[in-house]
Amino acid sequence: MTAATLAGFIGSALVGLGLYGLITDPQPIRKILGFNLIGSGVFLLFGIVARKGAAAGFAADPVPQAMVITGIVVAFSASALAIALVLRLYEVAGPVSLRSEHTSNKAEK
Amino acid sequence: MSILQILDIGLAGLVLAVAAWTVFARDAFAAVVGFVAYGLLLSLVWVRLFAVDVALTEAAIGSGVTGVLLIGAAGRLRKLEASGGDDELPGASLRLFAAALCIFVTLVLAGVVLSLPDPGPTLAPEAARHLAETGLGNPITAVLLSYRSFDTMLEKVVLVLAVVGVWSLAADQYWGGAAGNPRGAEPDGTRALLAQVLPPLGILIGIHMVWVGADEPGGAFQGGAILAAMWMITMMAGLTEMPSIRSRLLRLVLVAGPAVFVAVGVAGVAFASGVFAYPTGFAKPLILFIEAFMTLSIAVTLPVLVAGPPKRLRQQ
Repeated sequence: MTAATLAGFIGSALVGLGLYGLITDPQPIRKILGFNLIGSGVFLLFGIVARKGAAAGFAADPVPQAMVITGIVVAFSASALAIALVLRLYEVAGPVSLRSEHTSNKAEK
Repeated sequence: MSILQILDIGLAGLVLAVAAWTVFARDAFAAVVGFVAYGLLLSLVWVRLFAVDVALTEAAIGSGVTGVLLIGAAGRLRKLEASGGDDELPGASLRLFAAALCIFVTLVLAGVVLSLPDPGPTLAPEAARHLAETGLGNPITAVLLSYRSFDTMLEKVVLVLAVVGVWSLAADQYWGGAAGNPRGAEPDGTRALLAQVLPPLGILIGIHMVWVGADEPGGAFQGGAILAAMWMITMMAGLTEMPSIRSRLLRLVLVAGPAVFVAVGVAGVAFASGVFAYPTGFAKPLILFIEAFMTLSIAVTLPVLVAGPPKRLRQQ
């Protein structure tokens, strides 16, 4: 197994882990963390595509790498906006949770 | 099995363990701290993929600047949560279903990884063929600032839009004020010393990274992020402060990068073969010119995004 394939598996597992956090954790900041985990997993999958495209004396295809660099910066912008929204919501409405209506009803019973 | 393979597997285990920590840790603050460590470990995986440019970006922005943003937010949320936060997980059946779904997604992706053609389709020969015309030595910088410069310009616009979005969340009474702590708040000897010793070195490294980015790993994003970190350190120590969002200079610097980028791109109609084309022989100087303004804008945009909406009116 090459380092590239192993990195591909890491990326796959990161998408799964991030998705789990995104679905199950009701705290908004934890959902943003899960979202970032999924993002970095997808970037790693791009990385293995770049590595498999090694040619013309380059160790990896530069095009997917440039896309990932752009992607990391855009992911940061999105996270900054999301964090600002969550903090503002806290200021205006107090502690917030994204727990579904169904489960919160159960908790009350 | 070679030593390098053993190290690879160890690194993979470490990355996944820390990632699992950020998902399963009970305390949000602990999870965020885990996320910073995770980003640094992930940049080592990028080095193993021979993508040093991406590794630098992941370490500087994905882990570093995002880490400062999340730690600041988690700290503030923890103070607010004392009044009764809700961190109860959903029921066991839903969690089991979610786990099954996520394992399924992971297995499908792993299957895709195994079925990728090797060697895969690639644009590397194309990138190499035209590299000489750009005068650059780093093919990734060539993609970012020459072949696909339109994408990079749009990404700069995304950063400006994010600033507009964050500022628009300001409470009415603070509009026109400034974010973060005022100068001289929280005087702290250790932090102040760090903020005086580190920036001269950091500014040098940041500018160096932009300069060598033309030929070696590095570039405007990575160098700009280091410059941004230097400004944030001096603000954390209370030696400098965020300017008011009304400041014309601040607004000018925020849009300088994308504005210069668009101006040079449009000028391509008159002086080169089309929009976002460079005249023959002038590609490298023009790229360095754009990168200089981009670096300045990135170095200011990142701390502005981390600081969030204005929260105080500046004393006159």
